[in-house]
Amino acid sequence: MSVHAAQPPLPSDDKRWRIVNGTMRRHGHARQALIETLHTVQELFGYLDEEALKFVAASLRVPLSQAYGVATFYHFFSLKPPAQHECHVCMGTACYIKGAAQLLARAEEVLGVKPGETTPNGTASLLAERCMGSCSLAPVTIFDGEVAREASAKQVQERLERWLAHDA
Amino acid sequence: MTLEELERIAAGTKNARAAGGHEVNVCLAAGCLSQHSDALKEALEKEARKASASCRVRGTGCMGLCSAGPLVSVEPGGVLYRNVKPEDAPAIVRSAGGEPLRRLQCSRDQAFFQRQVHIVTENSGKLDPEKIEEYIAADGYKGMIRALTEMTPAAVVQEISRSGLRGRGGAGYPTGLKWGTVAKTDSAVKYVVCNADEGDPGAFMDRSVLESDPQRVLEGMIIAGYAVGASRGYLYVRAEYPLALKRLETAIGEARQLGLLGINICGTAFSFDIEVRIGGGAYVCGEETALIASIEGKRGTPRPRPPYPAQSGIWGMPTLINNVETFASVPAIVRRGAEWYAALGTPKSKGTKVFALSGKVKNNGLIEVPMGMTLREIIFEIGGGVPEGRKFKAVQTGGPSGGCIPEQFLDRPVDYESLRELGSIMGSGGMVVMDDTSCMVNVARFFMEFCMAESCGKCIPCRAGTAQMHEMLTRICDGRATHKDLEMLISLCDMVGATSLCGLGQAAPNPVLSTLRYFQDEYLEHIEAKRCRAGVCECGAAAEVRA
Repeated sequence: MSVHAAQPPLPSDDKRWRIVNGTMRRHGHARQALIETLHTVQELFGYLDEEALKFVAASLRVPLSQAYGVATFYHFFSLKPPAQHECHVCMGTACYIKGAAQLLARAEEVLGVKPGETTPNGTASLLAERCMGSCSLAPVTIFDGEVAREASAKQVQERLERWLAHDA
Repeated sequence: MTLEELERIAAGTKNARAAGGHEVNVCLAAGCLSQHSDALKEALEKEARKASASCRVRGTGCMGLCSAGPLVSVEPGGVLYRNVKPEDAPAIVRSAGGEPLRRLQCSRDQAFFQRQVHIVTENSGKLDPEKIEEYIAADGYKGMIRALTEMTPAAVVQEISRSGLRGRGGAGYPTGLKWGTVAKTDSAVKYVVCNADEGDPGAFMDRSVLESDPQRVLEGMIIAGYAVGASRGYLYVRAEYPLALKRLETAIGEARQLGLLGINICGTAFSFDIEVRIGGGAYVCGEETALIASIEGKRGTPRPRPPYPAQSGIWGMPTLINNVETFASVPAIVRRGAEWYAALGTPKSKGTKVFALSGKVKNNGLIEVPMGMTLREIIFEIGGGVPEGRKFKAVQTGGPSGGCIPEQFLDRPVDYESLRELGSIMGSGGMVVMDDTSCMVNVARFFMEFCMAESCGKCIPCRAGTAQMHEMLTRICDGRATHKDLEMLISLCDMVGATSLCGLGQAAPNPVLSTLRYFQDEYLEHIEAKRCRAGVCECGAAAEVRA
């Protein structure tokens, strides 16, 4: 009997699921492919929803609790869809001693959310990062993938206010 | 692939480069790239196409002085330019081979460059990390071929032992001893794992090595595989390092194509292949047993040792785990011999160490120095000292497992033992300089917050202890603590350190203990006078002054 016969059906005819399947196939649908597969899902869909977790768990014959455990253990995985904009404030040591806490406080003030949260209308997420490894440019803030070196609280505020204004 | 073929590739690459005229090298490692060095490279290429004299633009790895990026070098001649912008491209291309542009030039005569010794970073900033021929032209894979064709596995282990190399991940366990343990195990299946889950805040050595010279790490792993009798390797890389991941995938593909990875490498009976595994952003996965769990697709929680991974690692098989920098040191040792390596450094700590120098220091960036150099030489000569006329207060080494070293110990040599005596650790190589605007109690609280958040929760001393210690430190910072809290904090430090399951919890008290040891007066000021001399904490008097 082929391995594929026992596989659950794809959640939808979205082509991205075939790529997810490809990752699992590359690992022979072995249980240890769980993290790799979740990475693929997150890369393609931006986050892991319930449907994705159920599909991956069933395909790899991993208990759903284990898939959920892994998805929540690693900070890199998100169970919520990404916001329109993302602001990452690095809270590594070098950034911290160069005033990253003030940047984060200002960002919280402007967006009205805590780190790890998204504004109610889904415009922007605020994330506090452990260390981006760009310590020479501290304090580092990343706005939608673009690194801002030696950012000031004022620059952070201006940038975030622009995001909010566009949404209005 | 034989040595002759390798040398043919090397000679061909060198000739092509020599015939290509002047080389304008642009740093495309993460630091400069985030300053848009890719756009700069395009601008330079456009100018080079227009220029009459032959001039070739290349993307290279990290040139070290990241705070002055984007960096560009012109070879031959060794001219280095700092803070280069795309509009500088025409002038740079025009001047290649002639008089250097004074307004952009960054002197190579300064201590930052002169005091370094490059082994792990010898190719960094000099070659294109996505071209295996350039690595080969720089004597790459010679060490591996020497090991595979002229040495027995036991001889390779011997060579590493004699070099005195110790684990660069931080703990400093003798590498040769670790290799020997795995080599001696009787198992048909063994694994080699490269720990590239660089999680210490303030550390970016591994990132830079992987982005600048990925083949070096692969070569080190292959040699290790041969020495211990493994045929499969895993490279566990942080998901936060997409560029390093991309370059590694390219490097592995190129090595396979040349038969340097795969079945019967160089026509020998030895087969070895490497697979990349992406981490999930959990700091604890830097701990070896947690890392193994993660490679197996599980939550990255540590387990008690023994058994050590050398006996029972991935899927219960003997597993050799070394850090990126350790593997990156291996090719040069095998190629140039253990004696050459052992001549560098101190009696107990041989060779060189890469540090990520950052914080309140003039020259931020990546440096490699012989073991035994003093902290003062590193911070004040190479680093250029504390900027803006501020006063040096402490240097933090070893990340959340390390400590803060004050001024009176700046003349101590940097080696595993000295740093431990001072209440810190070598750690993976993060070195963050702090001046008098940093509050040491607040710094201790910062690291405790880190450990609390990153505790995996498996054992209670770490899970609950770090939370309690964080709460006490917060009370001290806020001016709400009593002497009783301080006593309790000290006793908790002992308890958590002694009873936690893995290194994360065992070392979590270190930042508190080291700041208490050298900066106790600051703790007492917060408690008794409700005062933060650095003006960082919002406690009583300081808050009033600001208001």
